[in-house]
Amino acid sequence: MADPTAVRAARGPTPGAPDERVRGQGLLGRLVARPELGALLGAVGVFVFFSAITDQFLSPLGVATWLDDSATLGIMAVAVALLMIGGEFDLSAGVMTASTALVTAMLATRLGWNVWLALLLSLAFALAVGAFNGFLVMRTGLPSFIVTLGTFFALQGLNLGVTRLVTGTVQVSGIRSAPGYESAGFVFASTVDLGGHAFQISIAWWVGAAVIASLVLLRSRLGNWIFAVGGAAGSARAVGVPVTRTKILLFMTTALAGWLVGTINILRFASVQANQGVGLEFQFIIAAVIGGCLLTGGFGSAVGAAIGALIFGMVRQGIVFARWDNDWFFLFLGVLLLGAVLVNNTFRRRAERARR
Amino acid sequence: MTQQSGTAVLSTEATADALLVATGISKSFGNVRALQDVSVWLPRGQITALIGDNGAGKSTLVRVLSGVHPADEGSLTFDGSPVRFASPEDARTAGIETVHQNLALIDDLTVWQNLFLNRELVRGFGPLSFLDRKRMQEQAEKMLSRLSVNVPPIRSKVRRLSGGQRQAVAISRAAGWGSKLVIMDEPTAALGVQETARVEELVKGLRADGMTVLLISHNFDQVMRLADQVWVMRAGRLAAGRRTQDTDGEELVGLVTGAITS
Repeated sequence: MADPTAVRAARGPTPGAPDERVRGQGLLGRLVARPELGALLGAVGVFVFFSAITDQFLSPLGVATWLDDSATLGIMAVAVALLMIGGEFDLSAGVMTASTALVTAMLATRLGWNVWLALLLSLAFALAVGAFNGFLVMRTGLPSFIVTLGTFFALQGLNLGVTRLVTGTVQVSGIRSAPGYESAGFVFASTVDLGGHAFQISIAWWVGAAVIASLVLLRSRLGNWIFAVGGAAGSARAVGVPVTRTKILLFMTTALAGWLVGTINILRFASVQANQGVGLEFQFIIAAVIGGCLLTGGFGSAVGAAIGALIFGMVRQGIVFARWDNDWFFLFLGVLLLGAVLVNNTFRRRAERARR
Repeated sequence: MTQQSGTAVLSTEATADALLVATGISKSFGNVRALQDVSVWLPRGQITALIGDNGAGKSTLVRVLSGVHPADEGSLTFDGSPVRFASPEDARTAGIETVHQNLALIDDLTVWQNLFLNRELVRGFGPLSFLDRKRMQEQAEKMLSRLSVNVPPIRSKVRRLSGGQRQAVAISRAAGWGSKLVIMDEPTAALGVQETARVEELVKGLRADGMTVLLISHNFDQVMRLADQVWVMRAGRLAAGRRTQDTDGEELVGLVTGAITS
């Protein structure tokens, strides 16, 4: 309070006049304070780098390949980003992509269900698991890291155990002959011809997910609540924000995204491995963090997470195009993660410092 | 109870213009009797202070009035009709807003987003309703400038505001929703001299606007400056009530510590 700037600003020149500290912020300042800026710079850097050192990266085939790789990761990263902004984690998100695919495949191949009906049931299953995660976290007050680690292992065990019990192997295949496969495959796994190469429809789902998530986050009441429950749950509750309902909804959203990705995968490859999806949960979180989400919640961006996934896909496929050993991917990933976090952190610090 | 001076003592019998009347409130937590037979009333359109030592029962009484804890015994009358608050939501609906000591602001949201948190204005229907940002920003400007000369920039994040500006946002939010009673829990406890003065102006502004205020404070000078009426709590009971014009800081200290009994 002894700070002369604070007192001067608090006194204010005239009522209603803009605060001088804010006026000084300018367009550049506001841009720097955006959570997705670090990811955007990183994406441009990676894009330029691989475009320069490989021929295929910019070809239609190349673009289709890395967009496809980014797409399924991006759908998940966007949902995980919403959850992280809401202050929680979901480690069961990766395995969920396999669980839902397995449920769909088993119902369609073993019981001969119509694919659409099987999809409906696996969707119900996913939403139930998401709601269970959320309910348990809110009811017990335990960190979601631990609770969803539990569901992660439980689902992994179920995936393997049930699959072996039903099929005798660790994979389910043969969904192509199930009724309704054609129409479901058209919606979730078809391709669109652009510039002489086939682009996966999953890319459209990815863009759609990012757009919807951004609209919700920045333009709806729910979006305000998500920032509020992640930033200060106690304060949000004091103002009457339905904290528990909001968080459970977010857990259900990641589960829904897991179902969507599982559906895209099973309809595209027509078979699913019981151990699929393990380890992906951290990639989702990394993509969200590269995109500007804070691990502590209350801050982040859905578009940023989608860009984070794009960086992932570009690097993973860029390394293949450059004919490097795939082992280098992880080095790249680590450096990228640290770089993005450092950049985001610096920008954020600077934005905060500007208030004094 | 012995009466020290017949005229100065404030009766727990509410006058007709009381906005809120609490009668015979008792509240226990396990074996701890936090409140015993407390009766107070708040005159409409005035500032009433609630003072007392730590553990005297101020906070518990406030929680009963704001719906956080329902009372075990006793009754509440608000704006002429008997009420029973099961949750803070109930109290808020009735027109009682509380400014918590931690202000309940979200640092990473802007001033206008905080003002409208959980009361967002939207356009459109159902799933296709979007935030009406422009209208909220305009109204936020009005809500803030009505009360204070120290208008925080409404598009700025709360994280960037000074302590007094944060207080202004929290108080404006409490006062801005057609509420009739604003309860403030030590609004100036964490503020410096300059900002305290400014917040006190804000509280007076509420009264000038016709709002009823219940002010919890440890600062007797502040109580004497701001309040029209004061209730003193001691050990879970109501120790005394005074009109501030009939008392002074010294007597209030005596009443709080128990050196004087009314």
